[in-house]
Amino acid sequence: MIAGFLLHLCLLLLFAPLLQGVITKTKALFAGRIGAPLLQPYYDLRRLWGKGFVLSRTTTWVFLAGPAVALSVPVLASLLLPFGGLPAPISFEGDLILFVYLFGLGRFFTALAALDTGSSFEGMGAAREVTFSCLAEPTILFSLIVLARISGGLSLNSLFGSHLAEAWGTGAAAPLGLILVCLFVVLLVENSRIPFDDPNTHLELTMIHEVMVLDHSGPALGMILYGASLKLMVLGALLVRLAFPWQTGHVLGDALLFLCGLLVLAVLIGVVESTMARLRLVRIPQILIGTVLISIFALVLVLRTT
Amino acid sequence: MLAALILFPLFFAALALLLPWYQGRSWMLPLAGTLHLLLASFLVVRQAPVAAPGTWIGLDSLSKIVLLATSLLFFCCAFYAVEYLKLHRARGNKVMAPCLLIFLSAMTLAVVARHLGVLWMAVETTTIASAPLIYYNRNRLSIEATWKYLLICSVGIALAMFGILFIAYSALGGAGPATLQFDKLLAAAPTLASPWLHAGFVFLLVGFGTKMGLAPLHTWKPDAYGEAPAVIGALLSGGLTSVAFLAIVRGVQLMGAAGDLTMARHALLGMGLLSLLLAAVFMVRQPDIKRMLAYSSVEHMGILAIGIGIGGLATYGALLHLINNALTKGCLFLSAGNIQRAFASKNLSEVRGAISVVPVSGTLFLVGFLAITGSPPFGLFMSEFTILRGIFSGGHTAVGVAFLSLLAMIFIGMGATVLAATQGETTEKKVLFKDRFLLVAPPLILILVVLLLGLYIPEPLRALLQNAANLLEGKS
Amino acid sequence: MHSLSNFCLLLVVLLNFFTLGSARLGACIRAVAIQGGLLALLPILSHGITGHTLLLSGGALLLKGIFIPWLLLRAIREVRIRREVEPLIGYVPTLLLGALITAGTFIFADFLPLLPQHHDGLFIPTALATFFSGFLLLMTRRKAITQVLGYLMLENGIFIFGILLSDAMPLMVEAGVLLDLLVGVFVMGIVMNQINREFSTINTERLSALKE
Repeated sequence: MIAGFLLHLCLLLLFAPLLQGVITKTKALFAGRIGAPLLQPYYDLRRLWGKGFVLSRTTTWVFLAGPAVALSVPVLASLLLPFGGLPAPISFEGDLILFVYLFGLGRFFTALAALDTGSSFEGMGAAREVTFSCLAEPTILFSLIVLARISGGLSLNSLFGSHLAEAWGTGAAAPLGLILVCLFVVLLVENSRIPFDDPNTHLELTMIHEVMVLDHSGPALGMILYGASLKLMVLGALLVRLAFPWQTGHVLGDALLFLCGLLVLAVLIGVVESTMARLRLVRIPQILIGTVLISIFALVLVLRTT
Repeated sequence: MLAALILFPLFFAALALLLPWYQGRSWMLPLAGTLHLLLASFLVVRQAPVAAPGTWIGLDSLSKIVLLATSLLFFCCAFYAVEYLKLHRARGNKVMAPCLLIFLSAMTLAVVARHLGVLWMAVETTTIASAPLIYYNRNRLSIEATWKYLLICSVGIALAMFGILFIAYSALGGAGPATLQFDKLLAAAPTLASPWLHAGFVFLLVGFGTKMGLAPLHTWKPDAYGEAPAVIGALLSGGLTSVAFLAIVRGVQLMGAAGDLTMARHALLGMGLLSLLLAAVFMVRQPDIKRMLAYSSVEHMGILAIGIGIGGLATYGALLHLINNALTKGCLFLSAGNIQRAFASKNLSEVRGAISVVPVSGTLFLVGFLAITGSPPFGLFMSEFTILRGIFSGGHTAVGVAFLSLLAMIFIGMGATVLAATQGETTEKKVLFKDRFLLVAPPLILILVVLLLGLYIPEPLRALLQNAANLLEGKS
Repeated sequence: MHSLSNFCLLLVVLLNFFTLGSARLGACIRAVAIQGGLLALLPILSHGITGHTLLLSGGALLLKGIFIPWLLLRAIREVRIRREVEPLIGYVPTLLLGALITAGTFIFADFLPLLPQHHDGLFIPTALATFFSGFLLLMTRRKAITQVLGYLMLENGIFIFGILLSDAMPLMVEAGVLLDLLVGVFVMGIVMNQINREFSTINTERLSALKE
């Protein structure tokens, strides 16, 4: 029990920044550069931790609550989610709703912290971020409903249980494939990846997530960056479990499989980021609505065959 | 022999494409038309009515009627086309002559098809082959007309394909093999799955009804007939609509063999009455003479549908009406074309007193108007009277009264336009165009045949029509 | 085989959605081309490898997957347009309507009196969904070329339905149907070119001079 807890937290806290590093390295390789070392995010975090705070005089406690919540939410959410073959430490009926809305809470506080600065710049970013996440939320809910229907339970543990491997072989393969694609799109939206947001840009016209955290510095920025990488890992865990539903039965084997899956996912994100351009802002709601429709279609398929 | 009827126009079309001689290309048309008429008449008179079952092409009584009508129409239009193309040397005939010949070939194939897939293919080919013909005038309005025609008719034909596939699916569930060969379908008709057959018939009706020009699918007709050259308008309204009607009639034949004739009849009756109504409404105060003819075409398609929809004696009347309508429309369009050339316009604002400017064409137009609205002694009077007798003897008095009142309305509306166009003092001072022999002889021949049919129907023709009507009634 | 053909059919439906929501003409043409290619695989997947299915698949691939898209790409290159204008009801409502129709066909296909072997399959719902998506595309778009794409998608839907009935359609007739489609698109391309030459646009809203 405690061992499971500790293993979960260790995997999460230790390996999350590595994913960011893999993504950046993949993009660099695609661009023909050598790029930053794989462990660069760790170095960044250590650097930021040692710096001092610069706080604006117009902000309140909300401004610091944002990074704090952004760090703690993925940690809590990860405890609900099975990591590959490893079951989730905390599990109860309906925890999938808690999972989705924990992220909603995190988003709420990030947007609030952005608005707290009083700058219109960050307010614009907050508005965009909230709109796009609002459109992505039905997708993730429908995808979870499809999984719930296939598995027959309402807890994330049972959703991603051991029956997934057989489910892929039967007629449920089609809806599973569709929601895999939908969840990938949600991953890209929630983590502000190309084609929805450019994590490297600092131009007003193109920023969504970057602009919200513009005023943070030092440890607060470190908390935000760490929280972002934790969020990527947690949402990626959903995908990895869906795409690689195999179990070895052995704890270390499962953990290794899970990490390999995450690395493959990170490379895939890097490839997608390198080959696509960022979408025009007016097209993003259209794509998100299209993704919602595809997930609804997957639901219709599941309801039809069961 | 039948295959030759379909293939030799294609051969002439290829020849017309390769021949560098302008007049030679034009003369391919009457040459092909004459050969086609001779061969068709020979086949109609000679062969036994039912073809060998299981083949792709064959002649039965229905095919014979449509084949005769379209062949005669093409024959006359081909001679007209020679003179027309001589007047339009600048626009060339490298597209028109081959396309017209491919059109003839495709129409023939559609008429003699015994396999529904072949029928579909042939009708689609006629759509594609006639689109460049509508565009012959190369101005903004004709592009618009061509685009609408192409798209609406292609979608309609695609719907007809869906209908044909539904019919095949209904055969899949039955006792026999899944086939689209018409004779096999007729034999297996009682075992066909009912819902799929009904759905198939509805789609077939909508699809081929678009091609035929039944309301509410007729929207392309006024534009296409209005902007196409007169000879093309004659062929489309006389030939193509008859072919599309034949396709629908095949569907009715199938429904009859399956025992579901009432549903088919009701559908046709409804669409027929709607066509008559819309034609009547739009015919009143119509200033464009070719658009008016298009609405007249819608009206007569409605009459044909009503005839088949009532059944009994009206079926015979409808089949006679098909021949009469095709030939009269030919005469009307060809003379309207001459009038348009004389006044350089087809609108009533410019066309006045046609009889004084182009006497023969003007008179033919007036006489054609009298014929098409059903005046005795022309053939259309006989066919419409027969349909009316069928309606009243079947007890559908309401339908009969509506039929008569709408026909009266159409007569008044059309008469206002035609009389204004042909009678009176002309405003045209200079002589743009005088009647030429090859431009007035074809419509004259056509209207004389219609007059003949009105006075006396030769016994072989009467027997043929009765035979075809029996096919539709389900009797042997 | 069954799952592979189901997979192809699902891709066809996804391509429908993509074409309904996309504004880039080149992407739409390529999507319909890929759809044609997928459709070419279906006869082999559902009826096995016979002479009939091989020829049908080959013909469909050549015509629907290669020649017709090539004709259309050449048409847009001559006309020099790359983007569609806002459709009559907007992109998002079109997508919603398309999704509604697709969901509707999938749900109601089971209420149709189908043969037992077709009952839980995806052929008939996909055929109907593609047909209606093509129809929707044809009716709501303004540029002539997207209307032609809608017509092609409509024909694709009919083709899927026809695959179930390949015993009823002899090869010659199928070949004739495909050839008709090719020539039809060819003629449409020519007319589009003429429209562009006359009006300097292929926005069909300009074609509205003929009315009562």
